Amino acid sequence: MSIFQYVVLKINGEDRPVMIRSADTLLEVLRNELGLTGSKPGCLNGDCGACTVIVDGKPMKSCLMLGVEGTGKEITTIEGLQGTAIQQAFVEYFAFQCGYCTPGYIMNCQSLIENEPKATDEKISEWLKSNICRCTGYEEIETAIKSVLRESNSKDRPISRESEMD
Amino acid sequence: MIPFEFEYIKPNTLEEAVTLYERLDSEGKEPVYISGGTEIITLGRLNVLYTGAVIDLKSIPECHVMTRENDRLVLGGCCPLTEVENANPFPLLTSASKEVADHTARTKITLGGNICANIFYREAVLPFLLAESTVTIMGPDGKKTLPINDLFDQTLQLNKGEFLVHITTDISSTKAPFFHMKRRKQWTTGYPLITVSGMKKDGDIRIAISGLCPFPFRSERIESCINDRFNSVEERVSSALQQLPGPILNDTEGSDQFRIFTLKNILSDLVKTLEGVDH
Amino acid sequence: MTNIGKSVIRKEALDKVTGRAKYTADFPSGEMLHGKSVISHYGHGTIKSIDVMEAKKEPGVRAIITGKQYPLTGEEIRDRPPIAFEKIRFHGEVVALVVADTPAIAKRAASLINVVVDPLPVVNSPSEGVSKDAPLVHDNVAEYEREEGVHPVPKTNIANHTKIRKGDMASGWAKSEIVIEENFSFPPSDHIPMETRSATAEIRPDGKVLITTSSQAPFMVKELLSQYFDLEVGKIIVKTPLVGGGYGGKASVQQEILAYLGSLAVEGRTVRMINEREEDMITSPCHMGLDAKVKLGCTADGYLQATELTYLVDSGAYSDKAIHLSRACAVDCTGPYFIENIWCDSYAVYTNHPYPAPYRGFSHAEVHFVFERAMDILARKLNMDPLELRYKNAIKPGHTTPTQVKLNRSTVGDVPMCIEKVKQLSRWEEGQLIELNERTVRAKGLACVWKNSTIPPESSSGAIITFNEDGTMNLMSGVVEIGTATKTVLAQILAERFRMSVNDIYVKMTVDTQSTPEHWKTVASRGTLMGGRAVLAAAEDAIRQIKEVASCVMKVRTDDLEIGNRRVFLREDPKEGLDFRDVVYGYTFPEGNAIGGQIIGRGNYILRNITYLDPETGAGNPGPEWAVGAQVVEVEFDRRDYTYKIIKAISVLDVGRVLNYKGALGQVTGAMSMGLGFGGRESFVIDDKARVLNPQLRTYRPVHFGEHPEYIVEFIETPHIDSPFGARGVGEQGLLGMPAALGNSLSLAAGVELHHLPLLPESIWRKKEGLNT
Ligand SMILES: Cc1cc2nc3c(=O)[nH]c(=O)nc-3n(C[C@H](O)[C@H](O)[C@H](O)COP(=O)(O)OP(=O)(O)OC[C@H]3O[C@@H](n4cnc5c(N)ncnc54)[C@H](O)[C@@H]3O)c2cc1C
Ligand code: FES
Ligand code: FES
Repeated sequence: MSIFQYVVLKINGEDRPVMIRSADTLLEVLRNELGLTGSKPGCLNGDCGACTVIVDGKPMKSCLMLGVEGTGKEITTIEGLQGTAIQQAFVEYFAFQCGYCTPGYIMNCQSLIENEPKATDEKISEWLKSNICRCTGYEEIETAIKSVLRESNSKDRPISRESEMD
Repeated sequence: MIPFEFEYIKPNTLEEAVTLYERLDSEGKEPVYISGGTEIITLGRLNVLYTGAVIDLKSIPECHVMTRENDRLVLGGCCPLTEVENANPFPLLTSASKEVADHTARTKITLGGNICANIFYREAVLPFLLAESTVTIMGPDGKKTLPINDLFDQTLQLNKGEFLVHITTDISSTKAPFFHMKRRKQWTTGYPLITVSGMKKDGDIRIAISGLCPFPFRSERIESCINDRFNSVEERVSSALQQLPGPILNDTEGSDQFRIFTLKNILSDLVKTLEGVDH
Repeated sequence: MTNIGKSVIRKEALDKVTGRAKYTADFPSGEMLHGKSVISHYGHGTIKSIDVMEAKKEPGVRAIITGKQYPLTGEEIRDRPPIAFEKIRFHGEVVALVVADTPAIAKRAASLINVVVDPLPVVNSPSEGVSKDAPLVHDNVAEYEREEGVHPVPKTNIANHTKIRKGDMASGWAKSEIVIEENFSFPPSDHIPMETRSATAEIRPDGKVLITTSSQAPFMVKELLSQYFDLEVGKIIVKTPLVGGGYGGKASVQQEILAYLGSLAVEGRTVRMINEREEDMITSPCHMGLDAKVKLGCTADGYLQATELTYLVDSGAYSDKAIHLSRACAVDCTGPYFIENIWCDSYAVYTNHPYPAPYRGFSHAEVHFVFERAMDILARKLNMDPLELRYKNAIKPGHTTPTQVKLNRSTVGDVPMCIEKVKQLSRWEEGQLIELNERTVRAKGLACVWKNSTIPPESSSGAIITFNEDGTMNLMSGVVEIGTATKTVLAQILAERFRMSVNDIYVKMTVDTQSTPEHWKTVASRGTLMGGRAVLAAAEDAIRQIKEVASCVMKVRTDDLEIGNRRVFLREDPKEGLDFRDVVYGYTFPEGNAIGGQIIGRGNYILRNITYLDPETGAGNPGPEWAVGAQVVEVEFDRRDYTYKIIKAISVLDVGRVLNYKGALGQVTGAMSMGLGFGGRESFVIDDKARVLNPQLRTYRPVHFGEHPEYIVEFIETPHIDSPFGARGVGEQGLLGMPAALGNSLSLAAGVELHHLPLLPESIWRKKEGLNT
């Protein structure tokens, strides 16, 4: 119980011990304490998605989470994502220009692919609206995510994600 | 970057949370409870909100329930909005929730945080006001359960050291026909210009509104105008518009006049949608 | 040709999708100190006192800078104290700067500084600024030091006046059988690059100033810092890594000055400044607002005869780039039409608003909104199809522009062809307005666009190429990689000239003013023309050297040699030749003698025949060529609720030559998206005390995923002879007609003429209901 805390964060499969301010957001911890600068600050207010990482399988704006809240969770940042289909699709379909929104966008897309492999257009829109890309007109991002979803669906993976209740 | 420092504590029981609160308060730390914790970050960053100690309720099991007990649905205050949406136990709540913020932010924003928020839209409270749910509160005097409509007046009226544990709703209400419409300043992103939730229960229409005033509300006077079936829909809507509380918002999202214009159209859609259906 | 037109993947692509790409704020902070500005909460006022006592007590605070008088700054008029002194002139202005050990301490201390201000009446629009009894934002603008060619009006809020006087207005109006007069306006808004500005500064004991900044104009940072603070220009070294979007906003020099002053206050230690989003929107330069008046006349059969235009550019509190922006409004003051008689007065007017930077399109989207809306209103009065009106008046080779430049096939793209193509793509013939049901209509709006640049005549670009031992090449250019993939396009140009694979060309991404040849600024869609010509010149230089060595070795004339695939060879018998690897670091004869040496290609380019505008008539050649286009926006509009969806956005642009197809497409759709945001939603909401109420992405919302329409883009290729492979600019054109086309479609859909941006459901409703706007 202090304004500073020693925590061990599990990031990209590695345990990372670190001393942090309780008031530091996960984004600040990643960038300033751990040198993981792939996650970008864009607003520090939850509005732009540039800082998106995956926490316990779900997309998370790392500026909306305290670093101390990250203990005991599996955190994946863009640095932990290598050679995925979505990264390839972003390159192939020119889904970025300045590249600043890209790590956050890719993390959100990756999480969507993992959680909702059968995502409808409506679902894709609901998820991807969480990020702002100021360079593209979004069409390229749409093409990229759909190409990956189509690909993974054609592999005919058995998927069922019924609601937990009812 | 939050400019000030605070302690962060994560109690595991209801009692522990209250004890911590009292102690930190007596130390002058101005403690706050958090569930999602997004407001302490975003408002703290702007020096709108200050605290010397944060009590995170997320590890308390009672705050994280999502269960059906007999004919009641119990939802913990610390449930992230996306979890509630995915489980979909209360379709009107799902509809309301899906319009709050954005999907990624809603993996962090919680039911309790939204209802107790400083940011005054508190859109997730609308369905509970209509369903006449009950809220369970924990505080220095122990646990108590009260009808939400008694406790919610613009905000959830909590005494010092109290916090929301969970909300209980009759299954019958979760299945009632409903209407939900969020209209924004422009297109599909952002705070409400006007959000209206409607529900048909026991033959009558219930209505709750956010974005019209600097607080969400449900109004009996509006409902009685709307349920006055002797008049035409237009007449009922225009008499309901005479019963609005004040002040009407006039801000960056839109003017008071345009909000009322928009509300008028939404209310008539609501009546037309719900009038036709039977429970 | 092998590379040109192909969708070559940008050189830094893999870095960008793996989080390895580094932007200014990504470099480790190490021993750095952190700067934080205290900003004004008033639009206008006198500073009574600044209390820093509490802030000073914070442990870790190293310096607090206030009130001291630093030299005035500003690009064309030196009217801006880098930190407000005595007076506050806009909401967001820096009034103090804290330097501390950590960002948190700096921010905490900044929030403890108490600034007492005596509010003054505000100037809340450029129209107010020119009204008779307007408060003066600056006591006497004429007393400030200024550059040549700036025309302020003493003791007014007018920082600059540009005149266009073409033809004979009296005869033009006499021939005009139909005349309209309309007023248009929009408030300031912002660029919203996803990377907020950041800069670090360090001053070495020997006086060297090291700056790293997210800028579109690192060479300007160097030049201006030297001028402002009387520093030896060679001692200033500015570095710019990848930039996370600029759109013009990062072409202004502002935050670098603060970082420099911060470092100066702490014995030259490194100081980092990172804008929070709020500061990036209001403290750093924004996108201009505009008030405009148009009078436009034509004959009964729709031939334009005369136009009289007044543009009042919202210069905000300081003139900086607003002078230039207002000049650009005058240069292309109409749409792409031939009009014999033009009278335009364009003013930069001080207000108590945040001050503007360039914005993608440099005044053109703004002017086009005004002029292209006027064209539709005129068409309606004429009872003529607005497409036909535009087609009839389209500017062509042989015609003269507002600044009296006579056009030829190279200097202007093909406007009629763009109109024909967009007509077809938009299915214009099916009707502009289609009723879907009793509430919903679909409506199409058209706008034609053109743009030249107005960059200074002396602007130049340079390039250097070096070789690696295996014969591959390294390319260095001062063009900043802001997302436009210009560096990749330059590599394509180089590869094309050397007839080799673009994969064998390595591109230096970071610009370093000490080792990268200068490129004036990465703006105005001129990277490809200027940077490209410099690269081609460097290529020629290197080829000449390679051939000289080879001719000596092979005992043939240089003009019998060709190059390709990293070889130099005999044209007649390509098997006879040398690999680059044996030449580019000198050739060694079997017996040991060596000739040649390391080959370094150097090249430069300077725009030719650019002239200053005549101060009385505006006559002059502003830039190398006009890129043109025609655009359509289609909306679905709800007549009861006043809500609408943008269904389709179509652009037909004459880009001269497509160099990288998908790259160009992305530039265009991205620009269209930005233009639709500007037209449909984005603006600062400013209260009656000139405070910006929405400096956050929560309340100022650019277009999000799902709000985007279907995009249709087609390119026309009318070559610009001076440019590599004929390419014209492509980075800005997509934006230019979007606000106008949106306004035209909505005016038709709602059945009421719309004159103000942004085009919100509420503003359409107010206009329809006759309420004040
Ligand atoms: C990007 C973004 C967009 C948004 N858009 C919308 C929107 O469209 N509509 C809308 O309605 N809101 C919106 N909000 C506001 C958001 O819903 C509220 O800020 C909400 O408070 C966040 O929930 P949280 O769980 O993070 O709350 P927290 O930060 O945990 O808490 C918020 C407040 O509630 C108190 N509190 C939290 N839990 C409890 C509890 N169990 N008992 C008592 N008090 C408690 C806290 O002390 C604090 O004062 C948006 C927020 C963000 C970040
Ligand atoms: S920085 Fe986290 S959402 Fe913008
Ligand atoms: S690529 Fe620049 S913001 Fe998305």
